[in-house]
Amino acid sequence: MAHETAGHPNPDHAHEHPTWKQYKWVALILTVITALEVWAYYIPALVASVFFVPLLLIMSAAKFAIVVLFYMHLRYDHRLFRLLFTGPLTIAMATLIALLFLLARTGALHVS
Amino acid sequence: MATVAASPTYTTAGARRTGIMDWLTTVDHKKIGTLYLHTALFFFVVGGVEAIIMRWQLMRPNSTAVSAEVFNQLFTMHGTTMVFLVIMPLSAAFFNFLIPLQIGARDVAFPRLNAFSYWVYLFGGLFITIPILFNAAPDGGWFAYTPLTGKAYSPGQNMNFWVLGIQILGISSLAAAFNFATTIINMRAPGMNLMRMPMFTWMSFVVQWLIILAFPVITIALFFMQFDRFFGTNFYVSAAGADPLLWQHLFWIFGHPEVYILILPAFGLVSEVLPTYSRKPLFGYPVVAYSGILIGFLGFGVWAHHMFSVGMGPIADTVFGVTTMLIAIPTGVKIFNWIFTMWGGAIRFTTAMKFAIALIAMFTIGGISGISHASPPSDLQQTDTYYIVAHFHYVLYGGAIMGIFAGIYHYFPKWYGRKMDERLGSIHFWLNFIAFNLTFFPMHYAGMLGMPRRIYTYDAGQGWETFNFLSSWGAFLMAPAFLIFIWNFFRSKTRGEVAGDNPWDAATLEWSIPSPPPEYNFAQIPMVTSRYPLWDLTHPERMKDIPHSMDGWDEAKLRTGEHVTATGVHEPDVAPMHIESERKSAKELGIPMPNPTIKPLWVAAGILVLFSSLPVMYAGKTLAAFAMMAVGAVMFVGFLYAWLTTPMEDAH
Amino acid sequence: MAHAETQTASHHFTTTGLDNRKVAIWMFIGSECMLFASLISTYLIYKGKSVVGPFPHEAWTNPATGQAFPPILDIPVTSVSTFVLLMSSLAMVLALAAVENRGKPVPPGLSGKILSSSKLWLFMTCLMGATFLGFQAYEFTSFVHEGLTIRTNLFGSSFFTLTGFHGAHVTAGVIWLGTLLAIDMKRGLQPKDAVWVDIAALYWHFVDVVWIAIFTLVYLIQ
Repeated sequence: MAHETAGHPNPDHAHEHPTWKQYKWVALILTVITALEVWAYYIPALVASVFFVPLLLIMSAAKFAIVVLFYMHLRYDHRLFRLLFTGPLTIAMATLIALLFLLARTGALHVS
Repeated sequence: MATVAASPTYTTAGARRTGIMDWLTTVDHKKIGTLYLHTALFFFVVGGVEAIIMRWQLMRPNSTAVSAEVFNQLFTMHGTTMVFLVIMPLSAAFFNFLIPLQIGARDVAFPRLNAFSYWVYLFGGLFITIPILFNAAPDGGWFAYTPLTGKAYSPGQNMNFWVLGIQILGISSLAAAFNFATTIINMRAPGMNLMRMPMFTWMSFVVQWLIILAFPVITIALFFMQFDRFFGTNFYVSAAGADPLLWQHLFWIFGHPEVYILILPAFGLVSEVLPTYSRKPLFGYPVVAYSGILIGFLGFGVWAHHMFSVGMGPIADTVFGVTTMLIAIPTGVKIFNWIFTMWGGAIRFTTAMKFAIALIAMFTIGGISGISHASPPSDLQQTDTYYIVAHFHYVLYGGAIMGIFAGIYHYFPKWYGRKMDERLGSIHFWLNFIAFNLTFFPMHYAGMLGMPRRIYTYDAGQGWETFNFLSSWGAFLMAPAFLIFIWNFFRSKTRGEVAGDNPWDAATLEWSIPSPPPEYNFAQIPMVTSRYPLWDLTHPERMKDIPHSMDGWDEAKLRTGEHVTATGVHEPDVAPMHIESERKSAKELGIPMPNPTIKPLWVAAGILVLFSSLPVMYAGKTLAAFAMMAVGAVMFVGFLYAWLTTPMEDAH
Repeated sequence: MAHAETQTASHHFTTTGLDNRKVAIWMFIGSECMLFASLISTYLIYKGKSVVGPFPHEAWTNPATGQAFPPILDIPVTSVSTFVLLMSSLAMVLALAAVENRGKPVPPGLSGKILSSSKLWLFMTCLMGATFLGFQAYEFTSFVHEGLTIRTNLFGSSFFTLTGFHGAHVTAGVIWLGTLLAIDMKRGLQPKDAVWVDIAALYWHFVDVVWIAIFTLVYLIQ
């Protein structure tokens, strides 16, 4: 981080931004994944299987990543922004998981 | 230097407003820092009086000076005041005053947002403090554990003021944090790369991140409590199946980083003070910086050590015990860095230096008692006793407050152009030091003998009398010590010895400009080559081992050039490291400064009106509450639009 | 608003060469990650802990009154509103691209004309945001009619608070984008104003990704 001041004399990356063609494909992929998610919801055998939750989480994470990388153009932007986003996101996810571990366990005692 | 010389003033030619309006409309980071400083000192008196009343009550067994209800309000408000209205804003005073000066900037990134932060803090502080005059102050502890603080067990208005007041103060802290973090990332002078930032700026940077990531959690926890109390939700209602530990977890996810929010700025201040008066560079600068980052990072993984006694199970207890012991390592590293900074130095024992050394010693005691309750079995013996009270006062008073006093004595000459009286300062230091130890050291013993926290009185014959008697006298002695400080502080503003621009022979950028600094800070932004730019000029012999380079210079020149060709209007005026002693107005120098504006104050007032409507609703006056909400919302939105549509600076 | 600040802000030297506002909005988004993490954790912690119904995915009969409650979440309706919000992000990137490319030659043909209209895409973003809010209003009122309020049980409290916070963010975004649209209609947003659109867009996309998480964690996972 110490040398972040160097190496980016021209921060204006506007010309590298994705174009309409890319945006269109991104939108299409997002739509397809959303359709798959909803479809999965209506397959009782899948819902009952152990794959259901991981599958949905993966699809959701994929959509999340696609929007962040392309629509929020994090893939094309200054790496400082990547740091500003992934750092807090990591701490937020770690906190969320720790809380679920701590509280979902104690709670399991009084769920019938 | 003659002490009769005319006092230098802030206002330079071209000031557009005078008197009170000048303060209400200011967007100058130095003046906002001054406002923070004075407001926080005022609340320091409030919190101190609350403490003294408590110590009066506890001086002897079975005392009846105050009732249990009043005592509850006193300890709740003492904690809340000292944490949110004193130490954080005192740190904010230094963030405001120092960060732009230390990194070579002319102001913060968003000057008007900065003013907004201050006004929200002031209004929030008054909102949460005034109820104690009407015997209606919050009374559920500064951590406000549910379900005690739920509507079922705290039906009065008291906790409403707490939950809403902390919410308001959170807005102030968050707005300020975005502002300062942006300032530090983006407004550094050419050559001021991260590993050259003064250590105070480094620690402030870590603190802004702690605020950015910890405050949203308390915001949500508070919203749940607010919804429970005002709208009948079930977040903390055990009867509805709620987990009573949810609040505790959310509170301490915020609360533990908050501890570092309180202490790290003081660490930063002593890291400025110690090298200056030891006449040596800070020992192991990168290690001090990295250990600060590590403390900040680990600070998010230790919160449940506040909750060992609730029965989280062996795995959680072990994990949090281990992470808590781990966090002692970077903290201990800093202590050794400071000791080695002094080692072999030509030390001057000024008041600031005495306070800084006191921080090292007192914080170490607090740190060691802290490690003793990092271990869950040991903690179970100590939790909720006076031992804990002793521990966190050694950390927060012996650490944070001592460090802030060091900072005030050290930076007063830069702030006001005059020195504080060293003789009075010395008396203040020794009286304060003795009173502090007399107050809090006996609490270790009272706690080990089993005296619980937060009790409003106790029976004789449990071995607590002597310790409480000593603690109370210590607290009573702190008052005259503080009064001496206040007398010295206000007197020195006009009658102190005129200080000159660099009275302590210090090394960082803020000392290379006049005292007090002109409104634009730097006539020409200095281009630096090392982490002690001023010593490069004044004491090159101290700089043998300090790395030098012109990193960042070319880029700055390039960008400067680009600006000239692109717009042809303004050239950011940079110059190699130099000392500025001339005092011209911004207008004479052609430096654009943000215009003063009252709008941030009105936006903050709108927020106050919005939040104030909720207690009115709680009292059953629904119509009046809706009217207030409407007025508050209109004020907020209207003045926000007015603020955003007004240019920050005059066109030029 | 864009006009005033940009003129003066553009000449400020910054260390990283990045715009202060953009650095600040990314930190704000980082902060919001913690905000929504707290809300989502609470929802998940309280999942299945309500002592009375109605429940999100299971039917429930009130033992006292014998009244039967179907599973309360309406997946088809929410799928549509999710899709609308996703597409609003597409409109948003097109609006930003249109502002950034203003002044450059417009590609020939109708599609070039459409793509370069920032007003159209800002309007579409607002419209889709408002549509999403309309769906949410419909969802909330129908839940209340079916017997689930914010006070009913833990599910009601945590569900309405989580989705309500998200809805409040969408509302703020619609107002923000509406303001930009008004400025665009009044004087036309120029490439130098692009940072204002950019930070609004980043906020808008973030609100969208939060919904991506909520849709999976709250609606789809049972």
